[in-house]
Amino acid sequence: MMSILVFIEQFKGTAAPVSWEVLGKARELADQSGKPLAAVVIGDSVESVAQEAITFGADIVHLVEDASLASYRVDPYAAVVEDLVQSYDPTIVLFAATARGRDLAAVVACDLEAGIAADCIDLALDDGKLVATRTVYAGNMLTTVHFDTPVQVASVRARVFPSPQADPARSGTIKRSGAVLPASDLREEIIGFEEVSTGEVSLTEANIIVSGGRGVARDPETGFAMIRELADTIGGAMGASRAAVDAGYIAYARQVGQTGKMVRPDLYIACGISGAIQHLAGMSDSKVIVAINKDADAPIFSVAGYGIVGDLFEVVPALTLEMKKRLA
Amino acid sequence: MNFVVCVKQTPDTAEMSKISVAEVSSGDIKATLVLNPWDEYAVEEALLLQDRFGGEVTVMTTGPETATDALKDAIARGIKNALLLDDPAFSGTDAWGTAAILSAAIRKNGDFDVVLTGKMSVDGNSGLVAPGLARKLGATLLTQVTRILDIADGMITVERQLEEGREIVTATLPAVVSVGKEINEPRYPSFMGIRKAARADIPVWSAQDLASIDPLIGTNGYVPGARWTDLRKPPARASEVVLVDEGSVDASAAKLADLLMAEKVV
Ligand SMILES: Cc1cc2nc3c(=O)[nH]c(=O)nc-3n(C[C@H](O)[C@H](O)[C@H](O)COP(=O)(O)OP(=O)(O)OC[C@H]3O[C@@H](n4cnc5c(N)ncnc54)[C@H](O)[C@@H]3O)c2cc1C
Repeated sequence: MMSILVFIEQFKGTAAPVSWEVLGKARELADQSGKPLAAVVIGDSVESVAQEAITFGADIVHLVEDASLASYRVDPYAAVVEDLVQSYDPTIVLFAATARGRDLAAVVACDLEAGIAADCIDLALDDGKLVATRTVYAGNMLTTVHFDTPVQVASVRARVFPSPQADPARSGTIKRSGAVLPASDLREEIIGFEEVSTGEVSLTEANIIVSGGRGVARDPETGFAMIRELADTIGGAMGASRAAVDAGYIAYARQVGQTGKMVRPDLYIACGISGAIQHLAGMSDSKVIVAINKDADAPIFSVAGYGIVGDLFEVVPALTLEMKKRLA
Repeated sequence: MNFVVCVKQTPDTAEMSKISVAEVSSGDIKATLVLNPWDEYAVEEALLLQDRFGGEVTVMTTGPETATDALKDAIARGIKNALLLDDPAFSGTDAWGTAAILSAAIRKNGDFDVVLTGKMSVDGNSGLVAPGLARKLGATLLTQVTRILDIADGMITVERQLEEGREIVTATLPAVVSVGKEINEPRYPSFMGIRKAARADIPVWSAQDLASIDPLIGTNGYVPGARWTDLRKPPARASEVVLVDEGSVDASAAKLADLLMAEKVV
C-alpha cells in the first residue's frame, strides 16, 4: 500500500520553505490514498521543526537528533533515511530539490536501488504509484516519469507547489529514533562556513525577481543600483543574465538561466535582457514576466506578458517611483 | 595522483529549441553534438589538478561511437588518456545503470583518487551520475564544488556552494566531485591539441570487458527503475505581450505599475 515519507530539510533549526511546499503536496497525495503522511526531521535540537511539520500537514514525524547530525552531511543523513525506509516501509520518498536535497535523494535512491525523478515540477498518483513530471533539455521539453521499483524517490523544485497554511491546532505523533552512524564512518568534516547575504540566497525562493542584463553596459554600476532599488521597493530579489555576470557587472550567484539558477517567481522583470534561450530556460515558468528593453524585436517580448520598449536607465527609475507611490 | 573525468556528449544548447520530440524519442537528434557544457569545467579542473598535484588524467564516457567526439574535445584541451564505453547492451540504462558502467570502467582502469563530473547534463538535467558513481565506487561524494583547496594525506579539501552559503569541507579520498561553473574558466582546445585528438586511437570497452568487474553489466542486472514517457514540448505561454506605451516614460511606468498591482503579483 502506498505511503509517503517527506524529508524536511533544516539549516540551523529553520526549515527550508520548499520542504513545506513538498509536504503540502504530499498531504494531498496521502489524502487521496487514505494513508497517514510521515515526515523525517534530522539534526540536533530540532524538535521545533518536527512540531512545525505537524502544523504543516504531517501525521507522524520521525525525529532523529544527534550532535553528529547538527550539520547536513550526506553519509549520516542517508543512513538515517534509509534506515527509516527499511523500518517504516514508505513507498514514496520525497525531497526538496535544494543543493542538499538533490544529493540526499540521489544517494538514498541509489542505495535502495530505487527509481528516481530529480527536480520535479509536478507529482501525482496513478494506481498507488508515483508519477512525476519534470523538464528535460534545459526546459525545452517535459517528460512524465513512471517508476518500476517498489520504492519511488523524487526531488521537487522550489515554488512549483503553494506553501500550505500552518494549522497550529493539528495534532500528530513525534517518534524519536536514533539510528546514527558511528563517528568512524564519517568521511566528511565541515571545517568552515561562510554565510552569504540574504539577497543572494533567496533567488530561488523569491516571489519577485528583477534582473539586469547586458543592457546596463553603458554604466553597469548605476544600472544595477537602479535594478536593486526597484527590487528592494517591491520586495524582490535581484537577478542577472549570464552576459552581465560574464562581463563582471555582478556575481555569478545571481545568474538566472540554464547554467545559473532556475527560478519561478510570481513576477519576473527583465531589464536589458535579450531573452536568449539559455536565459529563458531558467525563468520562463515565472507567472508574470515583464520586459524592459529598447529593442522591440528582442525575443524576451515573446515570453513576456507586459513590456515597455525603452531605455532601462529611464524606465526602471520611473517604475520604481510609481511603485513607491502605490506601496506607500 | 590519478584523476578520472566522466563526460557526456550532449546537443548544443543553442539548438535545443529546434530539437523535436520525435528526434529525442528515436535517439537521432539532428543538432550539433558537443561536450556537455558543465563537463568543460570538470575537464578543466582535472587538468588544473594534474598541474598542481601531478599524476594522470583519464577521460571516459559511455555512449555510441559518435560520443568519441566528446572525448576528442577533452583530448584537444590536454587530457592524454581517453576511454569509450560502448555496447548495445548499455543503451536504455537509467542513471544508476550509467553509474554502474562508469564505475566498473573506473575500477578496471586502475587506482583512482578523484573522479570529476560536471554538475548535470544539459539533456537529462538530473545530476544523478555523480551521486551514483560515489555510491557504486564506495567513494566520498562532494557536489556543488566551487573550489578545490587541497589534496594531501588521503584527504581532499573543497569549497561547496549551498543555498545558505559556502561550506569548506575536508573529506577522505577517493572522492567523486561534481563541479559548478564558478570553479574555473575552461580553456579552449588548442590547435596542437585538436591535431593530437584527430590522431588519437581511443580504446573501446564493451560489456564483456566490464563483466569481470561487475557481472551484472550487460545482463538484465541493470533494468531502469524509472522511465520517461510522454515526452512533449511545454505548452506555449498563452497570451501576447501587452506593450505599454503611454507617450512618455513616466506615464508608461505609471500604467505598468497599475497593471502589476491589478495582477496582484506585487
Ligand atoms: C552553454 C550556455 C549556457 C548559457 N547559460 C546561460 C544562463 O544560464 N543564463 C543566461 O542569461 N544566459 C546564458 N547563456 C548566454 C545566453 O546565450 C546569452 O548570451 C545571454 O543570456 C545574453 O544576456 P543578455 O540578454 O543580458 O545580453 P544581450 O543578448 O547582449 O542582450 C542585451 C539586451 O539589452 C538591450 N539593451 C541594451 N541597452 C539597453 C538599454 N539602455 N535599455 C534597455 N535595453 C537595452 C538590448 O536591446 C538587448 O536585447 C548561456 C550560453 C551558453 C552557450
